[in-house]
Amino acid sequence: MSSLQFDIAHLLAGSLVLASFMMLYQDRLYALLNVYALHAGVLALSVAWQAYVQQAPHLYVTALIALVFKAIIIPVALHRIIKKLGIHREIENVIGVGLTMMAGIGLVALSMVVMLRVTPGADALAREDLAFALSVVLLGLLIMVTRRNAVSQVVGFMSLENGLVLAATGAKGMPLVVEISVAFSVLIAFIVIGIFLFRIRERFDSVDVQALDRFRGERR
Amino acid sequence: MIDALSAILLIPAISAALLALLPGYKLTAKLNVVAALATFLTSLTLFVIEPTSGQYLLLDDLNKVFIVLTTFVSFTTSVFSASYIHHEIETGRLTPAFLRFYHAMYQMLMFAMNLALIANNIGLMWVAVEMATLTTVLMVGIYRTHEALEAAWKYFILGSVGIALALFGTILVYMAARPVVGEGMDGMVWTVLVKHAAQFDPALLNVAFVFLLLGYGTKVGLAPLHAWLPDAHAEGPTPISAVLSGLLLNVALYALLRFKMMLAVNSAAITPGPLMVTMGLISVIFAALMLYRRRDIKRMFAYSSIEHMGIIVFAFGMGGPLANFAGLLHMTMHSLTKSAIFFAVGHIAQVKGTQKIAEIGGLTATSPALGWSLMLGVIAIVGLPPLGIFMSEFLVVSSTFARAPWLTVILVLGIIIALGGLFLRIGPVMFGEPKGKTAPAEASYVPMFTHLGLVLMAGVYLPPVLVTGFQNVAKLLG
Repeated sequence: MSSLQFDIAHLLAGSLVLASFMMLYQDRLYALLNVYALHAGVLALSVAWQAYVQQAPHLYVTALIALVFKAIIIPVALHRIIKKLGIHREIENVIGVGLTMMAGIGLVALSMVVMLRVTPGADALAREDLAFALSVVLLGLLIMVTRRNAVSQVVGFMSLENGLVLAATGAKGMPLVVEISVAFSVLIAFIVIGIFLFRIRERFDSVDVQALDRFRGERR
Repeated sequence: MIDALSAILLIPAISAALLALLPGYKLTAKLNVVAALATFLTSLTLFVIEPTSGQYLLLDDLNKVFIVLTTFVSFTTSVFSASYIHHEIETGRLTPAFLRFYHAMYQMLMFAMNLALIANNIGLMWVAVEMATLTTVLMVGIYRTHEALEAAWKYFILGSVGIALALFGTILVYMAARPVVGEGMDGMVWTVLVKHAAQFDPALLNVAFVFLLLGYGTKVGLAPLHAWLPDAHAEGPTPISAVLSGLLLNVALYALLRFKMMLAVNSAAITPGPLMVTMGLISVIFAALMLYRRRDIKRMFAYSSIEHMGIIVFAFGMGGPLANFAGLLHMTMHSLTKSAIFFAVGHIAQVKGTQKIAEIGGLTATSPALGWSLMLGVIAIVGLPPLGIFMSEFLVVSSTFARAPWLTVILVLGIIIALGGLFLRIGPVMFGEPKGKTAPAEASYVPMFTHLGLVLMAGVYLPPVLVTGFQNVAKLLG
């Protein structure tokens, strides 16, 4: 592999970690969603580049799923849910931005140390990819634990999942990557529908009148 | 090849599609029972089939035990579910439309669990476990009450994080295998992995196992990761609580055992034992301490499930033929007993119209059959002789005592605290002032009595066939 190919792969994976960091300090839901769309876009580029470098055409499917489903459909759907339910201002951080960023830096350092130490035998590209992927996974977890709002927790989970897809594409020749990314997309679709149901239930005066009737019937 | 192995996948898959289309809950409830029975009978034929393994499917002594247990409890639960659901329709908690969905999901869950158990491919196994999680999430939230949706949401998010970590572990296992077995499908086939695991990079395997333990451990309900379990058990329909507690926790445990077997081959990698022992003990002590404070009867038994999964993981963590045997026996006994308890609790909650312990009283006087069978279940689950759990707990404790006496002290302490907590809570429910409604119970006693009868029989006399079978599996587990 030429060093240019390696550098580009490295750059894209690094940008994914950077996008994860950008998600950490967003304090408005719309902005968070926009950064997530960027995150998924970078993932799609990164996966497509891996597909080219590894000459693995099935990875293009994964890249396409990331681009269409994660970077476009899901953010748009979430935008509309947020607008419909009128929750765009709610975003509560459990701890301050400064502390969160410090914790994020710590997690990235941790994943570098762990992954680079245990993979001296693997080829350089896979090694770097795994280290970056673990960083993205851990930052996703951090986003989930530092937010109280359901939508931002879901965004955290989706960014975590992007890290997993990066790891799976980095592991050269791994079978079932496309299947796993489809399985995850189904999961995420369910989560988004779940938020919708959940929020309707929480503020049932807003949308579904039938649900309201049934709710009262049970309480009587 | 349409053999028994494919049949136990095909029967639930086809019936799931059929049940989603057919109207009429009486018919679909019966069909659900028939499908579960057919799957169970097919699984029995696995005993005469030679162990085989392909790129995707695998049959060996270990998963035979799990499959037969799973299909048996799914069958009895489907019988219980038919009468339970009948009552839910009458009280209007569920509508026929939801029931069609419920039965289709029930068979989907059977399919996912069977697939996870016979998958020879660690990626396929992961997908199956994810599918099982999704179907149970949908069923936990089926009542659409605020609490049920909240429980489903919590289960969903925590379960998803768990399986995400498990996937990262799976990818790392593939990375470890790639230099040895080459690229492509071989790196995910479990039998190939076990054969070559000795040459894998130990450091990578260690990190992988930590992720797998955290990931699948979330689904087993081990202590720091258990938060979803009590809510999901308490808020979903009772047949689902029985299946979750009796079967789904076992399936996650099975995934963990497979990876443990793989690590055992590699002498340079960490031994998973101490990690599993620690998490098991924490679960036992934690759940035992939490038991007494519960106000909801289903939630209380959910904590008891955490305790018992702790004991089982502890036993498998200790390892060796005797402890493995004890762990397997305990797992079987727990599945049978806990589902019988949930059957009883489900009917009691329907009769009384509440799950709050404070509002249920004097059961042995008002509905003696239900009350006494729950009492028998509780006597079994706390591990009093002569029932099966006493046998298996005794084996766990005695096999540990020979090797690590101090661990036995902690374990026994946990078991005794749990015993005290459960009896203190269940005493007034059984023998106190009769409280709540006293409508006559229309329960299906057969599944309950079958399970309790088997547990009693196992406590008094274990058939030699079963013993040798379990011994073979215990040897396999190392």
